[in-house]
Order: sequence, then structure tokens, then C-alpha cells
Amino acid sequence: MQQRRVMGIGATAVAAIGMMFFVGWWQVDGPGAPDPIGQRPIPLTEMAFSLTDHEGNAVGPEALLGNPTMAFFGFTYCPDVCPTTLSDISDWLDALGDEADPLNVIFITVDPERDTVAAMAEYVSYFHPAIRGWTGPEEQIARAAEGFRAVFERVPTDDGDYTMNHTAGVFLFDAEGQFVTTIDYHEAREFALPKIRRALQQEMEETT
Amino acid sequence: MYQLVVRVLASLPLVALLSGVAIADSQEILIDDVWARATVGASRPGVVYLSLRNTGGIAVNLTAIRTDIAARAEAHISETDANGVSTMRPAGIVAIRAGTNVDFAPGGLHIMLMDLVEPLVEGETFELDLVFDDGGILTVSARVRGIAATGPRD
Repeated sequence: MQQRRVMGIGATAVAAIGMMFFVGWWQVDGPGAPDPIGQRPIPLTEMAFSLTDHEGNAVGPEALLGNPTMAFFGFTYCPDVCPTTLSDISDWLDALGDEADPLNVIFITVDPERDTVAAMAEYVSYFHPAIRGWTGPEEQIARAAEGFRAVFERVPTDDGDYTMNHTAGVFLFDAEGQFVTTIDYHEAREFALPKIRRALQQEMEETT
Repeated sequence: MYQLVVRVLASLPLVALLSGVAIADSQEILIDDVWARATVGASRPGVVYLSLRNTGGIAVNLTAIRTDIAARAEAHISETDANGVSTMRPAGIVAIRAGTNVDFAPGGLHIMLMDLVEPLVEGETFELDLVFDDGGILTVSARVRGIAATGPRD
């Protein structure tokens, strides 16, 4: 009797521990897992923000619909990563030639304090002419970043200046505004081009 | 006694070399592919990339960088984490281990030029002094390439 009770308690304990592991798995790795931080951007059709392009036009996510879109976040006071991304994008656009004509190519600044419309206009002029620079009030940029599931953060530097940490990947959307995929920072051209073609192709399928 | 020997060797590098004892020696550092990216104006920071090779038998540390073209020059490193977020921070002292290369290249180590005296203009060159922990200073000439350049040559 005594023994049976001990066994009963043991079985209950094992079941409880098992349940604990199951719940843990469900919440961490299983179907109940939260989306990782690097989760998918929402469709452009569900985003809402108002910015100004480098030519002074009012723009927002609705301006991108009807054509596939390649977008990324950066800032013009960034000496290393951002010019490299802009160069990579210019290189991909050159490689695609006419094929890339329908593509919207958007560089959204995360540093509106220094990246005025004029600053963006001058900066993008050094890269492929298809690249459009978007800036605007910080809260609108924050809304855009939220839709893209991108993050940015102002980081003070020793000399009293500041730099920006930011999501460095390049986002691709189809002509309907649905997210297609991300090109990682400095991803090789042989991987980047097929991804861009996927966004372009989805447009062709939808229009034919 | 040991300290005395070290002190004597340090003061007599030639003797040390002749006697087969390796000491840190910046003369064993080869520097190649020094280039800078052109800037838009002088208010934005500049960047210099280069390749360092330590052909000697002892690690050498790059401790400081000086140039007349900027108020401050520092080794910095860009990193992109698992969530795709790019950050940049000072890299501190950069060690070049014996027989190895350290490349300063886009998206990683780079020399940040802060408070430029003048814009970096494509086609121009400027000098940088690289200061090593043995007291050696190597002067190199950086060629300014276009903003869209991604390497030392096309």
C-alpha cells in the first residue's frame, strides 16, 4: 500500500515533468512559439506611413503598389555598411538591366535629423539612378520600420556625435505588396539576383 | 635577471635579431590595397580600408592611426547580428598575429576618419601613419575611390 502510493506519486511527478517539458517545447520551439525578432514584414497594403522622397514628393507604401519593390533602411552618415549596400544594389540593378525597370528601389533613412531631403538627394545621386531616397519625421520612419519589422537605434559615440544601429537587410515585395524575401547584408550576387527575379516574376505572373 | 635580459634585448633589437630571438617588429608588416571611399562633404565620416600582413614571427599590434586629413582616426568594426541588425563600434587595438593577414574591408574592420578637414575627393590621395606597439610607424598613401567603390580596384 505504502509502496503503491509512492509509485502513484512517482507517476504523477513523471507526468507533471513530462507536461512541463511539453509546454516548454510548445512555447519555445513548437506551434506556440512567438515569431522570432527577425519576423516577416507585413504586406505593404497593411502599412501606413507618410514620408518625402529625395525630389520632395509625398510618398508612402501605397506609392509602391503595382510594381515590385526592393527597400532597405540606412543613413548617409554611415561610412561602411550603407554605401556597400547601395553599391551592391547598384551592381544588381546593372546586372539585371531592363529586367529591373519595373522595380521600385527605396532607401529609407533611419537618421532624419541629418538626412534631410537635400542630403538624401545628393547622396543617392552617386548610386544607380533607380534608387529613391525617403525621409521624414522620425515617428513616420518608426511606423515604416515597424511594418518592415526593421529596427533602428541611435547610439552616441565618444566624440559627442552619434551613429545608428539598424536592420541592414534588403526587403523584396511583389507588385501586390506581399513580402517575398530578404537579401541579407552583403549577400553574394549569385544569391541576390534570383531573389530579385522572384519578386519580378511574381509581378509578371499576376499581370499575365 | 630575466627582466634584465629582456630590458637589454629590448634596447638592442639588432643584437636580439642576430642572436635569433624574435621581437615584435613592425618592419615585418606589409601593407597593401590602401583605399578610401569618397565622402559627400566634410561633415560625414570617411573610411579607409587596407590589408596588413605580418611576415614576422611575433604578433604586432596596431595601436593608433594618425592623419592630417581628419581630427581623429580609429579602427572600427561593423557587425551584423543574427537578426540582420548592423552595428558599429571602436575595434581598439588590432592584433596582427605572426604570419597572418588582417584585412580592413567593407562590412568589417575599417579605419573611421572623424571630423574630416576636407572632403575625400575621388582620385586624390592622402597619407596615414599607422602606429604599432613596438614604436614603429608606417606611413601609407590612401587612394580615394568613388562612393560606390567596394574594393581597392575595379
